[in-house]
Amino acid sequence: MQPRTRPPELVCPAGSLPALKAAVDHGADAVYLGLKDATNARNFAGLNFDVASAREGIRYAQSRGRRVLMAINTYPQAGQTKQWQTAVDTAADWGVDAVILADLGLMRYACRTHPGLARHLSVQGSATNYEAINFCRHQFGIARAVLPRVLSLSQVEHLIQHAEAEIEVFGFGSLCVMVEGRCLLSSYATGESPNTAGVCSPAKSVRWEPTPEGMEARLAGVLIDRYAADEPAGYPTLCKGRFEVAEETYYALEEPTSLNVLAVLPQLIEIGVAAVKVEGRQRSPAYVAEVTRTLRAAIDAAFAERQRFHVKASWSLQLAKLSEGQQQTLGAYNRPWK
Amino acid sequence: MHLTLGPILGYWPRDQVLAFYRDAANWPVDTIYLGEVVCSRRHELRLDDWRDLGRELVLAGKTVVLSTQALLESESELRTLRRIVDNGEFLIEANDLGAVGYLQGRTGFVAGPHLNIYGQETLALFAELGARRWVPPIEMSAGQLAQLMAAHDGELETEVFAWGRLPLAFSARCFTARHFNLKKDECAFRCQEFADGQLLRTREGEPFLTLNGIQTQSAATHSLLGEVDALRAMGVTHLRLSPQSQHMAEVVRLFANALQGERPASDAAADLVEAGLCNGYWHGQPGMRWKTPDARS
Repeated sequence: MQPRTRPPELVCPAGSLPALKAAVDHGADAVYLGLKDATNARNFAGLNFDVASAREGIRYAQSRGRRVLMAINTYPQAGQTKQWQTAVDTAADWGVDAVILADLGLMRYACRTHPGLARHLSVQGSATNYEAINFCRHQFGIARAVLPRVLSLSQVEHLIQHAEAEIEVFGFGSLCVMVEGRCLLSSYATGESPNTAGVCSPAKSVRWEPTPEGMEARLAGVLIDRYAADEPAGYPTLCKGRFEVAEETYYALEEPTSLNVLAVLPQLIEIGVAAVKVEGRQRSPAYVAEVTRTLRAAIDAAFAERQRFHVKASWSLQLAKLSEGQQQTLGAYNRPWK
Repeated sequence: MHLTLGPILGYWPRDQVLAFYRDAANWPVDTIYLGEVVCSRRHELRLDDWRDLGRELVLAGKTVVLSTQALLESESELRTLRRIVDNGEFLIEANDLGAVGYLQGRTGFVAGPHLNIYGQETLALFAELGARRWVPPIEMSAGQLAQLMAAHDGELETEVFAWGRLPLAFSARCFTARHFNLKKDECAFRCQEFADGQLLRTREGEPFLTLNGIQTQSAATHSLLGEVDALRAMGVTHLRLSPQSQHMAEVVRLFANALQGERPASDAAADLVEAGLCNGYWHGQPGMRWKTPDARS
């Protein structure tokens, strides 16, 4: 591997034009965005881009030397392929720097129709090994793959050594504990999933009900959790609810917690990670600004200081305030799990 | 239309696996999928054992397919994958793009249910890559499947997941190990104590999911027993029955009878499962729902 001449790219979420500007103003190298429909995996009401806001956002970022990536990362549903292909055409027309795709049929369409438009394999593409990534490189010429949050650091390192595309990893944000693109829990309960409708636990299926036993959060009628009066309540995502297994009630799949890789940034740089991604297109511009500023500072420090790098208390404090349930984890990177 | 037995998704002791297939050799199933799909730490049977078993089943008149693991992370898992693909004897079911990459251009393979083939272009691409059969994602509805099947030229066989706990998700984390406060890498193989996984209930006691190591399944058993006629009319060639540890011979018999034209009672199989039946996905609804098949004259 060649010695690095610059730090990994910091890729930040832009769920709206104000969030995009916040990311650019606070040091993102690239932002990622999507359309207001099922073609992207954060298809939530009130989020994402129409023609006017996208053109303004792309101009804002690119005129400042930053890159814009467009996520078209759900799976074209039977008989509706045209909508996804049109999204790719739109991305090319707008002059984004790359499209982030999950579906192989759509990847081939992009490759053939817009060969000059760079293609990234989305985390929704579920590529967890270099054979999968190299297959997409050879078939569709992908420039980059985003890894699901399931690999340990040493596995990521081994993958990078054998992958023929750049590798992007998640650095901060809500922790998806399942392999992205391979989780149907949401549609099992609600009928809509990230793969089909671009949503996980859609808001329209959520109900909050005060009861004598506490505040109940339901998804499509299924009790996800029940909170005591003084207990902070999270968004009722299925994998982060409390359930009973063998008469024990606990977070059987995952606690509400956020991924935070600050502590391993030097290692991520060392092993050749090309980009670090921040999750959260559903978050506010203020959140995006704070996380971007902190990650920018931390990545630059880690790149300059390498093994002398230490995580500043102020960064940790800042990110802790923005974390789910005020909890943070290194997730699969160090496999600390009980 | 043929019946197939999908790969065993639980971690069964070796003797139980061998006994299961000794019985299955006499069941009216056409094809049997062998191998470990869920977790590479599970190796009561290794590749050579699966091959030996496969040869016996071939002698019993079955077609045998070796299934590959759905979540491939490490080099050792890739090595196992390559050995399976290079077996030179049996057809392969690919459950990950890594396997597809390795299989591409070789003799035909089965595109498994975890490859996310939702649209006609993607299906056509897999056919060009060498797939001879595909298994649609389990969340696909009958309406969507009908559209896809109308769009392809009919040379590709279609196998629908017709019976079993739905494989809903794969994780970095082992939920069975987590339940016992064990690290994933030092799990003591506790999942072997639960042949059909551990039931997860809501705090109201409603059965909801099943923990099966790194895999999350539905608690309810997906059943298309009442839809056999519709599946056949659509051109589906194979129905996959996902093995459970109890009553599997009876499940196969019910489906075989349905293929022979016997109309099963809508909940004919309800007594054979732990936590009820579901078929919502097939009807374009949440997967956990149950819709009584239409009464037909």
